[in-house]
Amino acid sequence: MPKPPTPLPATSSGTASSGTASSGTGSPEDASSGVGAGTRPTQPAQRPRVLSVEDLGVRLGGRQVLSDVSFHLCEGEVAGLIGSNGAGKTTLLRAVLGLTPVSSGRVSVAGGRGRHQAVGYVPQKVVLDADLPVRARDLVQLGQDGHRWGLPLPSAAKRAATEELLAGVGALHLADARVGQLSGGELQRVLVAHALAGRPRLLLLDEPLANLDLHSARDTVALLDCIARQQGIAVLMSTHDVNPLLGVMDRVVYLAGGRAATGSTDDVVRSDVLSSLYGHHVDVLHAHGRVIVSVGDDSHSDDGCDAVPASAGVLVGGPVHRGAGAR
Amino acid sequence: MLSGLFSPFMLHSWEATSLVAVAAGAVGFFVVLRGSTFAAHAIPQGAFTGAAGAALVGTSTLLGAGVFSLVAVGALARWGRRGRHDVVTALVLVGMLATGSLFLSLGSQYAQQTFSLLFGEPLAVSSGYLLPTVGLAAACTGLVLASYRRLLLSSAAPELALARGVSPATANFLFLLAVGAATTLALPVVGALLVFSLMIGPPAAARSLTARPGMALWLSVLLALVTAWSALVGAYWSNWPVGFFVGAAAVFWYVLGRAAKAWGHRPRNAPAVGSSR
Amino acid sequence: MSIVHAVFAPGFFSNGPVQAALVMGAVVAAVCAPVGVLAVLRGQSFAGHAFADITSTGGSAAVLLGISPVLGFAASAAAGAASMEGLGARQHGDRDLVTGTVLGGALGLSALLLYLSTTRQGTSGATVSVLFGSVFAVSSANWPWVAALGLPALALVAAAYRPLLLSSVSPELAAARGVRSHLVGAMYLAALAASVALAALTIGAVLSTALLVGPAAAALGLSSRPGRAMAWAGAIGVTSVWAGIVLAYDSYSWPPAGRGWPVSFFVVALVMAFYAASRAGAHRHGRSPAGKAA
Ligand SMILES: Nc1ncnc2c1ncn2[C@@H]1O[C@H](COP(=O)(O)OP(=O)(O)O)[C@@H](O)[C@H]1O
Ligand SMILES: [Mg+2]
Repeated sequence: MPKPPTPLPATSSGTASSGTASSGTGSPEDASSGVGAGTRPTQPAQRPRVLSVEDLGVRLGGRQVLSDVSFHLCEGEVAGLIGSNGAGKTTLLRAVLGLTPVSSGRVSVAGGRGRHQAVGYVPQKVVLDADLPVRARDLVQLGQDGHRWGLPLPSAAKRAATEELLAGVGALHLADARVGQLSGGELQRVLVAHALAGRPRLLLLDEPLANLDLHSARDTVALLDCIARQQGIAVLMSTHDVNPLLGVMDRVVYLAGGRAATGSTDDVVRSDVLSSLYGHHVDVLHAHGRVIVSVGDDSHSDDGCDAVPASAGVLVGGPVHRGAGAR
Repeated sequence: MLSGLFSPFMLHSWEATSLVAVAAGAVGFFVVLRGSTFAAHAIPQGAFTGAAGAALVGTSTLLGAGVFSLVAVGALARWGRRGRHDVVTALVLVGMLATGSLFLSLGSQYAQQTFSLLFGEPLAVSSGYLLPTVGLAAACTGLVLASYRRLLLSSAAPELALARGVSPATANFLFLLAVGAATTLALPVVGALLVFSLMIGPPAAARSLTARPGMALWLSVLLALVTAWSALVGAYWSNWPVGFFVGAAAVFWYVLGRAAKAWGHRPRNAPAVGSSR
Repeated sequence: MSIVHAVFAPGFFSNGPVQAALVMGAVVAAVCAPVGVLAVLRGQSFAGHAFADITSTGGSAAVLLGISPVLGFAASAAAGAASMEGLGARQHGDRDLVTGTVLGGALGLSALLLYLSTTRQGTSGATVSVLFGSVFAVSSANWPWVAALGLPALALVAAAYRPLLLSSVSPELAAARGVRSHLVGAMYLAALAASVALAALTIGAVLSTALLVGPAAAALGLSSRPGRAMAWAGAIGVTSVWAGIVLAYDSYSWPPAGRGWPVSFFVVALVMAFYAASRAGAHRHGRSPAGKAA
């Protein structure tokens, strides 16, 4: 039942899964790697690194949830953290935030300021009571000073900053609405403004597209892309479907079995790389500008059910009519 | 010194205490599972108000307690459906207590009577009390056992229960009804203020000692019996109020459960860690 | 003039204890308002109520030992808060269970102390007066104590206002912002214990829960801003207490006994009426299409 860790082929370009990213402060080593249909052209490697994750391992409840995860992110880059349910996406984001203790390896976030100042976070699920006496502008304000002691003093500058942040995510019209009464998409925008209010250099989003329809998902991706480019903020967002991010990602961190394959989309979302990550054969199909990853799960083969097609699932991808591929 | 414990005079006390313990242990399993400690604390105060009201108009304590438990249960079930649970519980509780203090101020209760209603008087259980006690205990335990599966499902996963046709509101009402019955039954024996301790202490320990729900239910009943009997012996021996022993036992059970959990976590998980990687 | 007399029975304004009660009630309602709004938002109404009952243990001990009840109230509230923290009230799932366990232990102790004081001293009236609070029994000599409980409670809430609010909205967002939720939660528990001890001491255990939870819950529907909701809660609390005192004073001439109805009965009835009205209003508002967005 326990599978031995699958060593990833060191030759596979772009996979930085065991120790290749440990060389420290140098320029991003895959800046020159393949630029294909799925990946936004990477700009020259002058930009400073914002996040370095080196050989990260996390144990939770006696179980190794993540091991040997290494990757880095530079200013203004957008990265997708891809993986199925339970792959460890949330765990990785929380480890980067410092909310989950790291059992091995290192996470470093640029900037002398504390981790909480440098990183903004939008959790996957924020459940708010409808009668909460907190408006969208109050929540964004708390993103600026929610960690401060003492009573807040009314300030025109803070008010203006709050409104600017709300306008930046297209939610100024929601400023006076109760946060508990916003729809999913509206709340998400306000939460992005809340996260940006701390002037972070790195923005983490956990499954920001999970509960959005196709249209809102596209809007959200465009918004995050715009934030990354215009403000130079590094954006790392988790998703189980690679397709909505195809046009905007500079980097993919692909999680499976507690391990990661990282690099550009074309270097990672490939049959050979994913096959060695999963430890068994994985098909990667390209159709109409979309990517479909078909994971035939061989872990059930010993119970004699591998003839049942349901045990083989399409992990990444969705109905083909959603085709929102490369832009 | 304890020889009088088993005198014929004490027989009623033993019987009533045991019935109370069985009902409280069974209902308590769900109190802890559903996280309804506050409700289990509030309903007995309704029963107390009823008992005070009964003394005012001169009817039986049990009748007053029963009627006002029902009122409290109805209010909790009705208003708890919308709005914050704990707020509704707090308001029902203070409403009941304020009415109770009105009854006390209008009537001319002896302080001793009030004290017994609040903190219990198992040694004074009379034979006339036994028949309704048996009935209430049977009703309460029967209710818990009959709705065991739907209560379990709707406590663990309300959406799943709804999909199986168990409305959470109905399940909640059944549960509160069982709490109300156990409360009414327990009021003269354990007292209004400490009934809930008998409901939360034993199951808190039971759930830490076993992971199987059915087993935890029986264990909870067993530990409640141990608690009630010890409290009875303690009260007989020291003449101290039985509520003191019940409250102390609940703390003991909770701490024991926590210790068992902490202790059980280490040896059981250590080999699992070793083999998983 | 006759209408005024119908409402305020003769002697109302010149009555010393009544004046003290009016001032004391307003002070307590004002302290309870911000603490109560946070209690409701954080789902800690049970803890708020538990402290009121827990202080009865201190009250019983004070009766037995013959010390100042203020000391007993304050000490037992502190001990209660410490045991809740110690037993791990921070684990959210178990929070109510821990609260209930501590409360049960305290009530059991209270039973013993009351029993002992009854047998030793024959003061059998202690039970009712301790548990139901003979309302407004605090003399002006206790004003320093009122300040000693109320001011720290308000100061703690003010000091941790923003982290508290954020962690009440969403613990996850607060943690990401670097808020130390455990520290902030412990500070709040201390503020809750102090303000409930103050309320239980001055206006009784029943009223302290009513004033902590009722006005706060009613106020949530009245403003979408945290500070204003607290102000509303204060206004509702003060109004309820004052009107309750007026009615209780009037009730001395009421049937059946002609010895007055308890203040707590009136205040609780008023608080519940405010809550019901606010819920009804919010419900109607929420149903209307314009109710959702601003
Ligand atoms: N606190 C925890 N204790 C034990 N295991 C945990 C804990 N949190 C998460 N896990 C486990 O870690 C794995 C990864 O979880 P998560 O990071 O939430 O996955 P994802 O976000 O990719 O769906 C899951 O198998 C989950 O069961
Ligand atoms: Mg997740």
